[in-house]
Formats: sequence, structure tokens, C-alpha cells
Amino acid sequence: MFKTYFPIALLLILVLGMAFVIVLLSRFLGRRIPSKDKLSTYECGIEPTGDARGRFPVKFFLIAILFIIFDIEIVFLYPWAVVFKKLKVFGLIEMGIFLFILLIGYFYIVKKGALRWE
Amino acid sequence: MSWLTPDINFKIISPELIILIVALLVLILEPLLKGRSKNILPHISWIGVALALVSVITLWNREELGFNQMFILDNFSCFFKIIFLSGTLLVILSSISYLKEEKIFHGEYFSLILFATFGMMLMASSLNLIVIFLGLEIMSLCLYILAGFRRYDLKSNESSMKYFLIGAFASGFLLYGIAMLYGATNSTNLKEILIFTQGFENPLFLFIGLGLILVGLGFKIASFPFHMWVPDVYEGAPTPITAFISSGPKAAGFSALLRILLFAFGSLHIDWSFVLWILAVLTMSFGNVIALSQTNIKRLLAYSSIAHAGYVLVALVAGGDSGISSAMFYLLAYTFMNIGAFIIIIFLGEKKVNLDDYSGLVTKYPILGITLALFMFSLAGFPPTSGFMAKFYVFSSAIKSGYTGLAIIGVLNSFVSVYYYLRVVVIMFMRAPVDEVQKVPIPFFLGLALLFSVWGTLHLGILPQSFLTLAQNSIFSPF
Amino acid sequence: MQFFIFLIVSIILVVASILVIVQRNPVVSALFLIAALCAQAILYLLLNATFLAVIQIIVYAGAIMVLFLFVIMLLNLRKDEFGFEKRKAQRFFGILFAILLLVELGVVIKIGLSKIPSTEFSLDPDFGGVQSIGKALFTDYLLPFELTSVLLLVAMVGAIVLAKKKL
Repeated sequence: MFKTYFPIALLLILVLGMAFVIVLLSRFLGRRIPSKDKLSTYECGIEPTGDARGRFPVKFFLIAILFIIFDIEIVFLYPWAVVFKKLKVFGLIEMGIFLFILLIGYFYIVKKGALRWE
Repeated sequence: MSWLTPDINFKIISPELIILIVALLVLILEPLLKGRSKNILPHISWIGVALALVSVITLWNREELGFNQMFILDNFSCFFKIIFLSGTLLVILSSISYLKEEKIFHGEYFSLILFATFGMMLMASSLNLIVIFLGLEIMSLCLYILAGFRRYDLKSNESSMKYFLIGAFASGFLLYGIAMLYGATNSTNLKEILIFTQGFENPLFLFIGLGLILVGLGFKIASFPFHMWVPDVYEGAPTPITAFISSGPKAAGFSALLRILLFAFGSLHIDWSFVLWILAVLTMSFGNVIALSQTNIKRLLAYSSIAHAGYVLVALVAGGDSGISSAMFYLLAYTFMNIGAFIIIIFLGEKKVNLDDYSGLVTKYPILGITLALFMFSLAGFPPTSGFMAKFYVFSSAIKSGYTGLAIIGVLNSFVSVYYYLRVVVIMFMRAPVDEVQKVPIPFFLGLALLFSVWGTLHLGILPQSFLTLAQNSIFSPF
Repeated sequence: MQFFIFLIVSIILVVASILVIVQRNPVVSALFLIAALCAQAILYLLLNATFLAVIQIIVYAGAIMVLFLFVIMLLNLRKDEFGFEKRKAQRFFGILFAILLLVELGVVIKIGLSKIPSTEFSLDPDFGGVQSIGKALFTDYLLPFELTSVLLLVAMVGAIVLAKKKL
């Protein structure tokens, strides 16, 4: 088992180390001369007003939900792709039906204009 | 090397396929059609339901398994499908004019109702707990959405939200119970669970699993400790949806409960009937007593529907052939009389839901007044209506199985219920009408639905034998 | 070696989980929850449940957490809007029940450990792997698989019916 996951673990360590090192390097190598103008939110001089964390409109949420539903499809597509060769044509047909039903949903969403930004 | 494919049998799922295809068709047509042409959507829907009904009837008296023992076609499932489909038919027919009045005439409404029916039909003819769960989820998800279909109305939003939160919680219980049963018996197939429970040793978590499943389905059928969502959801949901929730999904919950309790756990009847005995008594008494003080007719019928779930539980406690067939007969009768009563509330609209609004209804709309009185008599259990015969069969099956005490409590409860049902009738007949609003003609399709439910209520009451024989022929063999 | 990895990962998991509940800022909590979910995925890998591990990262750490963040930003409650204050009784009962639960857990583990059968269960080497799940899902459980698509479709319709401005 360790043989199979060793490359992944190595990659993980490499990625984490890389991110860490880059942040550290810029911290030590970069020159920083802070001034009042540089630290303001907009360097062009506009004064910030109000809270930065305003409320999101609900249409973002609609997109998020639709994203999740199509993401869950992956749960089924992934094992299907792994065993596809053994399932042969039968597998193609059953995944075709599955995707067809979801495609009707996609058709409905697009035609309803749910993905259009009102 | 390729794997064996499961036994696919399209014939045995043809009613489900018809409903699914019609639902998908309505969903596709909804965004394509504009303006007045959308008016054909409800007609496509009810024609689809009628076709499915015909295909169920052609599949009568066959027993076939399919899809790796997940799906069973037997008379038991066919009988329940007849209940669901006639309920759906009545609801679709009676909601056309309502939706236009409330300005929520959208194709999704019909599509979701059909998807919910699809879910119920799966629940009734499944031999596997996973398929039961999926059917339940498909059905419940549609109902949560439909309960909030009057999107501008705060009460409808509240109804949808409450139903969703409590329903999701119930699904969690059910799923946990299924996991426990799988852990105990190494299968989710009801047949294999049956073989396991006939053995000598039953581990503790078999019973924990059964208990959790009972809780999960208890929410769906609105039995006593799991009923608190009922009044608020019934009040806030659009009235046709209230009618729908109170008939089909309840029957679907009972169909799953019957299969699990009396089929898979039939040999352990002694162990679980005691719990159900208490639940039945509490459900009946609670529903009836609280209903006495209601002034909103939708809430009144909500509590009455809790009480009726209690009567069906009596049949479950009784068990055996007569218990199963009387429960099925009861659910069929309840579908007609309950949706019938709701059709009149649908006609009067969302603003007239207080009992006082029904004063003198009979002078203004004589037909509606008399039919509502008929449904109230039936719900209370007076002869010669279906409600009387249904209660008669349930209580006699309880006595036959030796639960005389339970039957007596049930009869006493029926007496209590007479008070609040008759109060509606008294208000309609004895009081002078209050408002002088113009009389509106009864829409054709709503009238048709009303006629159908009156026929059902009277036919099952006066000539119960034909349907009772059907119910007796459609029990699965209890072990 | 396996135990060593388990130790590190579970420490990360516990620390991240604690950080989830002690953070004041809900967005930071959500980020720590992602860390906790990833650590849990590695635990699944140690149990040879490869499919579950992958799904844990794709669906939970990926999709569900996006939804969490959306909800946090959608509501964006300020402190004065939380609508409840900390009650003394609440804290008391919270600690009491936490201790009770801990004791119960200890008892259950102690009893449970003695009841584990000494014989090893022989499982299919690919049990919990993607192959065996694929096989079960696409042959034996064909019907539930197809039904899931209907369930997802209903969820799509529901999202639009309930959240779209103009139907």
C-alpha cells in the first residue's frame, strides 16, 4: 500500500513545502517600505465606505446548488470509468440513460434562463 | 471477461416508466411553451396518470421479480399503485383552476407531482431497503418543493422549510436504521432479512435498526410522537398539495411499513406489535382530541389525518391476512374521502379556511355543501359511506387477532371525532351565510374530480365487497 | 509506519476540528473544516477505502464546502444579528452532557474491545475499492443507480423553483 501512495505523499509534501518556501522567501527577500498611501485599500485614493463583506444575492446560491448536483454526477462517473471496459456496451447504455435524465434537467435549466445573470 | 447483467424487465416497471416519461415530457415542455399553450400541461399529466392506471390494471395477478430482486410486481404493489394514481389524478384535476386563481400556474407543479407519484410507486413495489429509501427521497423532495410553491406567501415558505428540516431528519433516521439492519443481517433485501429473522438468534442492533426505521417512516405517516410538522405544513402548503400530502405519501409510508413489518419482520410480530399498540392508541387519541379545538379547517383536517394514521396502525398491530387487507382498504377509502373534502376547500380558495367562512355554505353552493357533509360523515365513520366500512374492517380485524381493547379504544376515538366533523356540517347547514360575494360556477375539471371522489366514497361504502375482495387478493403472503 | 501515519493524521484531524468550532470568523471555520475533511480522507485511505477517500475530497472538501461558504456569505450574520446570547445554564449543561458522552464512549469502547472476535475476517482485497464499488453499482444495483439520476433531477428543479426570482 505504501508503494502505491508514496508518489502522492511525496507530491503532497513537495507542494506544501513549495508554498511554504515561496511565502518565506518573499518575506525575507522582498524590500518593504510601507507608507500610508500604500497601505490604504485603494491606492488610487478612493476612500473605502461600508463593510467589505456585504450580503451575496441569492442567485449565487442557485449556481452553487446546481454546481453541487452536477458535481455529484462525478461520484457515479468515476467508478463507471474504472470498470467501463468490463461492462462493455451495457455500461454505455446504462450511463447513457443516467446522463440523458440529467441532460433533460440541464436543458430545463438553460431554457429557464437560470444560468443567465439577471 | 464481462460481468453478468441483472435481470432487466421493462414490463414490470411499465407504470413507473409511463409516469416518469410523462413527468420528463412536462418538464421539457414547460420552458418551451409560452402563454396560453401551457394550458395543455395539466391535461398531458392527467392523461399520463390515467394511462399508468390502465397499465397497472393490466399487470394485475402477476407475480414477477426483477432487477436483481430489487423490484417486485405483485397485487400488493398494484393495489397501492391504484391508490396513489387515483389520488394523483384527483389532485391534478382539482388544482387546475386553483393554480390560475393563485397565479402560480407553472408546469413544474405537475412535473413534481408526477415525480412524487413515481417515488411512491417505487416504495410500494420494492423488495430492497435501498430502493425504498430512494423512492421515499424522490417523493419527499418533491413534496418539500411543492409545499413552498406559493413562493410569495410566508406561511407557504414556513411550511416548506419545516417540512424539509423535519423530513431530512426523518430520512437520516431511516437511513441509519437501514445501515443497522444491513449490519445485523448482511443484506438490504427484505427476503434475506426475512430468512435471517426466522433464525434463532437476533442481535440487539436488529431491533435498534427496526426501531430507527419505525421512527423514520413514522414521520412520513405522521404517527404520534413524530407528528408535530403536520399542522403547520398542512396549513401553509397550497391546498391541493395538502390534499396530496395527506393521501398518497401517507399510503406510501404505510406500504413500506407493511412490507417491512409484516413481511420481513413478520416472524417477530410479538416483539414489535407492543410498541405499535402504544403508538396506535396515542396517535388516534392525540389527533382526535387536539382536532376538537381547531378553528382552521386545514388544521382540523391535519389533526384528523393524524388520527386516521392511528386507525391504520390498529390494522398493522392486528397483522395477518385480515390486518393487511383492512389497512389497504382503509387507505383506499381514506384517499377518496379525504381528497374529496379537500377539493371543496380548494374551490373556496386560500382565503376562506376558517370554519366561520363555511357558515351557510349549503344555501350558496348546495352541491358543495351536501358533498362536504358526505365526506365529513365518511371521515367520522357513518354508514353507508366508505369511512364506516373501512373502520369496520379495521376494528374487526383487530378483534379477530385478539386485540379487543385496542378496537374498543378505536371505536371510542371515532365517537370523539364525530364532534368536530359534525361541527363543520352544523356550521354549513344551520348558520346564516356571512358574505355576499358573487357566486362562482364550479370549474369543470374540479367538478369531475369531486364526482369521482363522491363515487369512490359511496361505492366503497355501499358495495364494499368488490374492492375488499381486491384487497384480500392482493396481500403478500405474511410469514 | 501505518500507525505513525495514523497518529499524525488523526492529530491533524482533531486539531483542525477543534479549530473549526473555536473560530469566531465562520469563513475561517469553513477552511479548517476542509483541512479536517482532507485528514479524514487519508484515514479512509488507511482503511483501504479508496473510493470513499476520493469522494470525500471531490464532494465534501470540494463541492459541499463551496456550498457552506456560499451560505456563510449569503447570510453574513453580524454579531448583533446572531439572536442569542451565551447563557450560563447552556454552558453548564453543554459541559455536563459532553462529559457524560465521553464517559459513555469510554464504557462502550471498553466493552466493545473485549468483544472483537479474535479470528480475522477475510475480505475481498478490493473491498471498498473503486473496482468493486463500480461492479456492485453498475450490475447488482442498477435500479438504484438509475433512480439516483431522477433524484438529482428533482433536486435541480427544486433549486430553480424555490430560488429563482421569476419562474
